[in-house]
Amino acid sequence: MTWIEKIGLGLFLVGLTTFLVIPFLGTYSLSEEQVKANTKAIHQDKMAEILAPMYGQEYSSNFSFLSAFGENFNAYNDDLKSQQLWDEVIWDDYSFALAKAGLKSPVRDSPWLFFALAIGLAVLGGFLYNFRQHADEPEGIKNNGIFHSKLKNRGWIGMITGFFLILFYVVLYWFPAYLVNLVWMVNPISEMISGNPASQWFLYGLIYTLAIIVMGIRMFRKYRGNKYQQLRTASVMFFQTAFAFLIPEVLVLLNQPYYDFKNIWPLDYDFFYDYQIATFLSSGGVGMFMLIWGILLIIIGVPVFTYFFGKRWYCSWVCGCGGLAETVGDPFRQLSDKSVKAWKYERWIVHSVLVLAVVMTGVTIANYFSGFSFLGNVTNQLHSFYGFAIGSAFAGVVGTGFYPFMGNRVWCRFGCPLAAYLGIVQRFKSRFRITTNGGQCISCGNCSTYCEMGIDVRWYAQRGQNIVRSSCVGCGVCSAVCPRGVLKLENGPEENRINDLPIIIGNDSIKIHA
Amino acid sequence: MPQSPHVVIIGNGISGVTCARNLRKMDSSVRITVISGESKYFFSRTALMYVFMGHMKFEHTQPYENHFWDKSRIELKEAWVETVDFAKKSLVFKSGETLPYDTLVIATGSKPNKFGWPGQELKGVQGLYSKQDLELMEENTQSGIQRAVIVGGGLIGIEMAEMLAYKKIPVTFLVRESGFWNNILPKEESELVGRHILEHHVDLRLECELKEILSDASGRVSAVITSKGEKIDCQFVGLTAGVTPNIEFLKNTDLEVDRGVKVDEYFRTNVPDVYAIGDCAEFDKAPAPDRRPIEQVWYTGRMHGETLAHNLCHEPVPYRPGVWFNSAKFLDIEYQTYGTVPATWEEGQLKNFYWEHSSGKVSFRMLMDLEGKVLGVNNFGFRLRHEVMDRAIREKWSGGKVMARLKHANFDPEFFAPYYISIQEAFKAEFGGNFHPSKKTFIQKLFGAKV
Repeated sequence: MTWIEKIGLGLFLVGLTTFLVIPFLGTYSLSEEQVKANTKAIHQDKMAEILAPMYGQEYSSNFSFLSAFGENFNAYNDDLKSQQLWDEVIWDDYSFALAKAGLKSPVRDSPWLFFALAIGLAVLGGFLYNFRQHADEPEGIKNNGIFHSKLKNRGWIGMITGFFLILFYVVLYWFPAYLVNLVWMVNPISEMISGNPASQWFLYGLIYTLAIIVMGIRMFRKYRGNKYQQLRTASVMFFQTAFAFLIPEVLVLLNQPYYDFKNIWPLDYDFFYDYQIATFLSSGGVGMFMLIWGILLIIIGVPVFTYFFGKRWYCSWVCGCGGLAETVGDPFRQLSDKSVKAWKYERWIVHSVLVLAVVMTGVTIANYFSGFSFLGNVTNQLHSFYGFAIGSAFAGVVGTGFYPFMGNRVWCRFGCPLAAYLGIVQRFKSRFRITTNGGQCISCGNCSTYCEMGIDVRWYAQRGQNIVRSSCVGCGVCSAVCPRGVLKLENGPEENRINDLPIIIGNDSIKIHA
Repeated sequence: MPQSPHVVIIGNGISGVTCARNLRKMDSSVRITVISGESKYFFSRTALMYVFMGHMKFEHTQPYENHFWDKSRIELKEAWVETVDFAKKSLVFKSGETLPYDTLVIATGSKPNKFGWPGQELKGVQGLYSKQDLELMEENTQSGIQRAVIVGGGLIGIEMAEMLAYKKIPVTFLVRESGFWNNILPKEESELVGRHILEHHVDLRLECELKEILSDASGRVSAVITSKGEKIDCQFVGLTAGVTPNIEFLKNTDLEVDRGVKVDEYFRTNVPDVYAIGDCAEFDKAPAPDRRPIEQVWYTGRMHGETLAHNLCHEPVPYRPGVWFNSAKFLDIEYQTYGTVPATWEEGQLKNFYWEHSSGKVSFRMLMDLEGKVLGVNNFGFRLRHEVMDRAIREKWSGGKVMARLKHANFDPEFFAPYYISIQEAFKAEFGGNFHPSKKTFIQKLFGAKV
């Protein structure tokens, strides 16, 4: 490690530690005015009454505050539930809004200072660590020591990393009230971009984008001399920063619906939810454009682009999940399972998720057109199940939290319904393939090892067969790591896409076909 | 009902395993046993360096999952063969156990050359061929190595240099010839690789041979003496001066052997029902004018294996390899070759076209006969399509025709620098020809790497 990398790593760790400490700072107190200001009109009086015992108290930590909140609130709800008075139960969770309102902390008072100390230092450290990597080495493959690493080969650093990622996602999705300090920390930035206070999702989006940028720089260094990797990385950095992060916030500033123009149903699973449709329909021409744009992407964009370029146009060039996987996740790509068994599980699971997403959306639309009469209940049930199991647990907790355990594409491979849809098009109607270069394969296994989607690339390469697989996201790393120039990602005529050359070109005695 | 015949293959390298797999594809009833003492499951020998450098784990070098062999009904026997009783058609293992066969295939590969250097058996002195060699090298280089010396400038030598560099061990590389691998590579290519070796801070010593290996008190290597009389202190010596057939256990038996097991063009030895393939086989006469009687390349091993499998199941055909091809990677620079490109040729006997990029890391050579028909190409630092080059050489395309189709033959990833355009321009300037150099596409102009 060079001295600049050491400084970078040190700063990053200081930033990370600050980030982890921040949620525990400050005290909490609650007043009736705050409760009324942060609850819906129909709940205002009731909530003010329920939480009355908390007024005037000072809570020294988020734990004591939220446990007091829980005691009072749950006592009220549990009582109603036991009497089966379902209509009177308050289903809304006000813990985040009230914790945010009730917080008194140095972070809330000086958000920029803490932002600099936490995220600023982490980003600066990450940048310093990455921006000169491999400077004294010629261009080439930089996979030295990966399987000797304690981070990249499921060693103890990998375990800890995975643990913190999982913890972060669990807190973010189900206990965001513990993150209000961090949300206050990024509040000024949110105010600047969209004019609105920050939510936990703004915090998440900001960290996510910065992580992709810092680790994108690492990709530029690692794949120096490989223009395909450079362009692809620049592309995911751009789409995340502009399309996923900035444009939706700016739209809000302009009083338009929050909308990510590159997010496509069924990955964007709530696109057809009634409140989304209502937003589109009530936002004039812009809203109508968003609705039509989204539908066109589904029915024309996906098949046409996938026909010409393969699913890579989305998965490894545009998508936000893909963007994170290809940058932050790149150090873990070799951990994907290449066995035939894993492939079998993959096909069952990912297509089941697609079916579930289609059924859920179908019911949602039927419910919409039937005037919310008889499918209302089942729609709500499906939405909450899908949101919990797929949207949060699978895509977030498992999808990213499992990077250090199962590789960087767990969600994309096993869970993403859009990837399944793109994959079906790619498999059956596309010009994309990975061409195998005749008989040059030496079965070394670099391609399979570094395939993030768990494709046993070598199985095809050593048979002289082109690789036409629904799951391939076209990251191009198999081609990059091949020491014998065997693999090339190509768009070409559909004819001979699945080729039938002899296994070994150059044996004139006999011709054995795969 | 007669029992199905038993084919026993000694050696589970690429030749033996290719033979076994193809036998099973062609004949569902034959009993197949593959024997190896080196490792139960087939692995790719060429990938051992990547295990050392932490690019892969050993299991990643195994191209087939363990259940594959059961499913294919290929029996695996992990044992070393002591000797073969050709009269009784039976193998005798080191353990004393025996195994009868109906057909025997010898595919025992190679072992590193040792030329009788004083001290070649010292601790810390080794070649690199087998899984055991890899394990030994991991043990030998664990700690306390201030410098390593590699002897012999071939493909394994440069791999070993790269492996040692991963451990930050300074390397002195002794090469007998006046240029790296220049018994195979023409001068310019040899120099190109030589420069790249120096770029990786390897102390490359050309025209320098090993004379003696010196020992410390504990029987471990402490230094080498070179042919120039220089003493180089080192704690590790890699012997990579080529390989030789691994047939020690077959000497002084009924089987006719010379350097390798003598076979005809059907891989038949002098003993009925006994065949030899791969690195350990030595043909009566070379299979083609540009080939040697012993073929020690991954690809030829595969061809031997699939051809013999065919011959054991069908009307035998003689082994007829087609257009030569090979590839390698020298540190960061990829190399491919198609057809015949000797290291040297008589001036005026051939037409020679050579192009090299200003970076000194990318080059292209095409040799043509006096009529201008392509005989072979060498390409460094960019990739060519095997299918196209095989056809070009087989069909004896003119050099101009190869150039006209060079864009199609290019196999580099998308957005890479279009070296083929510069090559076409250079060829046109030197030889003329009825073709137009390719133009950059709009996308290439906008996003592609520059030459």
